[in-house]
This record gives sequence, structure tokens and C-alpha cells, in this order.
Amino acid sequence: MIKPLLELNQITVSFDGFLALKNLNLSLQPGELRAVIGPNGAGKTTFLDVITGKVKPTKGDVIFKGRSLLDQREHRIARMGIGRKFQSPRVFENLSVYDNLALAVSKPKKPLPLLLGKIKGFQSDKIDQLMNIVNLLTRKNVLAGSLSHGQKQWLEIAMLVGQDPDLLLVDEPVAGLTDEETELTADLLKSLSGQNTVLVIDHDMEFIRRLDSPVTVLHQGAVLCEGNMQTIQNDSRVIEVYLGKSEGEG
Amino acid sequence: MNFSNSTKKWITLFVWVLILVAIVAAPSVLPVFRLNLLGRYLSLAIVALGVDLIWGFTGLLSLGQGVFFALGGYCAAMYLQLNSSLEFPNGIPEFFGLYGVEKLPFFWEPFSSAIFTLIAIWLVPALVAGVLGFLVFRNRIKGVYFSILTQAALLVFFNLFNGQQKLINGTNGLKTDVTLLFGQMVGSDDIQKLFFWLSAVLVIFSWFIAKWIVRDRFGNVLIAIRDDEPRIRFTGFNPTIFKTIIFAIAGGFAGISGALYTVQSGIVSPQFMTVPFSIEMVIWVAVGGRGTLLGAILGAVVINYAKSLVSEAFPASWMFIQGGLFILVVTALPEGVLGWIQSDGPRNFLLRAGLSRRISTYPKNEIDNIEEPSQ
Repeated sequence: MIKPLLELNQITVSFDGFLALKNLNLSLQPGELRAVIGPNGAGKTTFLDVITGKVKPTKGDVIFKGRSLLDQREHRIARMGIGRKFQSPRVFENLSVYDNLALAVSKPKKPLPLLLGKIKGFQSDKIDQLMNIVNLLTRKNVLAGSLSHGQKQWLEIAMLVGQDPDLLLVDEPVAGLTDEETELTADLLKSLSGQNTVLVIDHDMEFIRRLDSPVTVLHQGAVLCEGNMQTIQNDSRVIEVYLGKSEGEG
Repeated sequence: MNFSNSTKKWITLFVWVLILVAIVAAPSVLPVFRLNLLGRYLSLAIVALGVDLIWGFTGLLSLGQGVFFALGGYCAAMYLQLNSSLEFPNGIPEFFGLYGVEKLPFFWEPFSSAIFTLIAIWLVPALVAGVLGFLVFRNRIKGVYFSILTQAALLVFFNLFNGQQKLINGTNGLKTDVTLLFGQMVGSDDIQKLFFWLSAVLVIFSWFIAKWIVRDRFGNVLIAIRDDEPRIRFTGFNPTIFKTIIFAIAGGFAGISGALYTVQSGIVSPQFMTVPFSIEMVIWVAVGGRGTLLGAILGAVVINYAKSLVSEAFPASWMFIQGGLFILVVTALPEGVLGWIQSDGPRNFLLRAGLSRRISTYPKNEIDNIEEPSQ
């Protein structure tokens, strides 16, 4: 068996006694595309916070490329190759589309090279390529703050890809997108897996179905079950806590 | 108002020629008293540029820039005092005699060198700012807590300097106008004229440095830190280092500013570290325009010049005018005067007043790359 890229061992996060995550175990193989679903409060975002270093777990360990992430600060984890897209699009609104991407692709991310050096040719080619993929080429010099919601989502995904991470953590990438945009996003994420490892969190069942990937269901801070969409949909526990409710409502 | 690129170039060139002529001609046109005031206010523009870099661009509202301003002033004053104390007992500045000090305190020694002093004027405040900044930023203290902390630091330094009679003449400060430079009194018209020119040149120089710092990706990281600091971490940048560097640079600017201000006002004292003065620095930038470097310069010079003109005519009214100005900016012009002009404020104002015509296309053609429809 290949060594997993990311391993979460017995992660427990306690916020003043409230257990957001309880003995959570999860491992991702290199090149894998994985979807994580779960009802509100299942701990999905906390789980990303733990991987990216925003929240330190009370117990357990996170291993990435064979190294523990627990003693690393956020920017170090990002430089090690973990990129994150936030739930609501978080782009730098007072910078242009191009400048947002320029910060993402810049390497090294140290003050002196950024102050003294210009962006390299291949990096600026990469920015053009990214803008092309997410249809923002005509918006190159527009401030990110004046983009539509969907365009911001895509700009953030492009920034994530521009960072060139080994592991992409994508939190609700299709919230507020049209059906057409949702399909395009699903295809984009699928095309990224293989070379990169992608972990997607979302509520949107159509979107998850379209990703056509293994699904992990979280419930009350722990893994409820894992499998493909078919298995998940037929699992009685899942139906009870999640699908049953949402299908009943719909 | 749309000008073609070549017209813009000519306008820029014209403005620069105008500025240079004004600087060269000022000493022969203005009375000595006014020239000296203008020189002082130009030197204040440099500390304002620093405030703009840390507050306007990086979002760090420091209420303690007076510390770095004063440090620069003390460095300059120590050199001038040593330079003119040969005829005093023990060859040390006269005030030491008042407190029975016979030996020069150790940290004064290097200030007998002009070169050391010229470096220390910006390096000492920059280092102090860098160390203080690093400790604060590393612990992720920001927002209003950062502001309170800088103000507390200001009070600490004020009390420290105020109490050290035997080291730096305490509350009396160090006088510079009766000291010697190039064999002449620093307070003399000729030397003051030189300092006026030096201030004008250094304002322009600092402006170029500041523009260079923010021109590209480094400046964009600062703006990103201001707007969403956690996000820039997850992009792989370490905000602590960037904030420390820019805070140190702003400290260096404050030091240069304080040194020029000291030699033109004739004295440096702990009064440079009072709370209102450091807050005023922030007001200059807020009124001129946060994030617009030119706004910081204009804010510092125009507000201070207005202050002295108004105070001469109506002695008690300035504080009210300054307060009113600040309230006006906070409520009506949050981007400051220059920021308001740059964001089409005047046109929108005329539009509302019914004095101008609405633009006929939306979205704006030049932004959205849409061909102008032929008539």
C-alpha cells in the first residue's frame, strides 16, 4: 500500500468542554479526490481548521507527508503544500484579480524577494493560464471586490491552484453558484485530482454526485461511514442523520 | 477628466518643475519666520508618510509614533550639543553641570561622530520599532489592542525621558538653536535655510521610497494583511515579518522627521512624546487620505500651516476646528480628501447637486473592455 499523504489519528477538539471532533480518523492517498459531507455542526470546518493549523487539537495527531503538523504555524503548513479555500469566498477585495493571483503563485513568499524582485515570466504565464481556466481573463485588472459572488468563488479556487499545493482543501465551493457554474466547478475539481489530492466539503448532493468520488460522512465530530455515493445513500445510519432528513424536506 | 498619456506626462513634468521652483525660491520669497514654519511642517510630512505606510496600507493604527520621532530628535540634538561643548567644563554639554555630572554618560560618546549620528537618526528608531513590533506582532496583538499598547509605550518612554535629568536633561530637553554646526549657530538664518532645503528634499526622497515599497507585491501583501490577515497566512505568507519590517521602516521615517523638526524648532524635549501629538499625526493622514501617500504629505503640511495661521488670527479656536475636521472626515470622507477625489467624489457630489451629467454607459467601458458603440 502507498503511504497516505495525509493522516488524521484520533483527533479530538474540545471548545470549553464541547467536543467539536471526537477521535476522528481519516487518511487520504496521494492523487485522491474525496468528498466530506455531514449535517450542520458535524465538525466539517473545524476539521479543516485542524489540518491548516488554525485550531490545535486537544488530542491526536495530524501527519502530512510523514511529518506532524501540530507544531507548525499556518503559513508553514501552507508552504508545506496545503492550500485552503474558505467557505464564503475570501479574496483580497482591494487588489486586482491579477494581483490576487500574483500573491498566490509567488515563491518564495519572503519579504525581500517580494520587495526587490519582479514576478517571473513563468509565474505570470501561470496567472494568465489560471485566469483563462476560471474565465477571468477579461477581468484581469478589475478589483476583486467588484466581482460577482460566483467569480469570487472561482478566483479563490484559482488562487488555491496557483499556490501549487499537494493537498487542496475546498470548503463549500459551490455555495451560491448557479447550476451551470456548479457543474463547471465539479469538472474543474475532478480534473485537478490525480496530480493533486483534493478534499471537498459540501452540502450540495448533486454536486457531490457529480464529483463521483469516495464520500466520508461526518456526524457529531466523528466519521459515521465511508464509501461511494451508492453505499452512502443506502446506509441506514446516514439516512437517519442526514439524507433522510434532507430528502424528507425536499 | 480624461487626458491622453502624453498630456499626463506633460502635466506631471510641469508640476515637478513648479515644485522645484517653489523649493528653490521659497527662502527669497517667504519671511524667515514663515520659511522656518514651512520647513518644520515639511519635516512632519515624513512621519506622516510612515503613519500612512503602517496604518493606511497595513492597518496598524499606531498612537505611539512620537517615541520614534523623539528618538531621532534626541540623536540629532546629542551630536549638536557635543559639537559645541568644547569651551564648557570637562568638555561636556553645559546642562550636566547643573546636576553635578562630570563624566559624559557612555551612550553619548558615539554621538561625537557626525557619520554615526546620521545613521543613528533613522537606525535607532527603526531598531526600537522593529523589536517592539516583533514582540507585539508575534503574539498576534492587533486592532484596538495594538493601538492601546502603542499609546502605553508612548507614556512609558515619556516618563523615562522626563525623569532622566542626569542623562538627557529630563523635562527641559536638549536645546539645539544655540549649538554650532559648520562653525555657525544652528538657529542662524543661513543654517535654517539649509535645513529647509534638506527637509524639502528628504520629503520627496521619502515619498519615492514609500512609493517604491508599496508599488508591487510587497505592498500588495501589506494591503492583504490589512484586509484579511488570516487569509494571507493560509496563502503561505508570514504576516509577523511583514508587519515588523514596515513598522521598523515607519519608525525610521519618524526618526528622520524628528531630527529635522528638532533642528528647525531649536529644541527636543519629552514634549515630543505627548499623547495628543501622536494622535495629531494620525489625523493628518486621515484627513489627507489613508493609503494615498501624497495625501499624508499634504495633510501634514496643510493642516499644520492652517493651524498656525488660524491660531494667529483666533488664538483659542484651533482645537475646535481640528476636532470638526476630524469628525467631518470620519463621517463624510472616510477615505480622506485625496481618497475622495481619487474615487470620483467630486463628480458624484456635483451629480447629486444636479450640476453635472450622469455617465451614459454602465458598466464603464474602459473597465469592461466593451467597444464603444459608434454613434
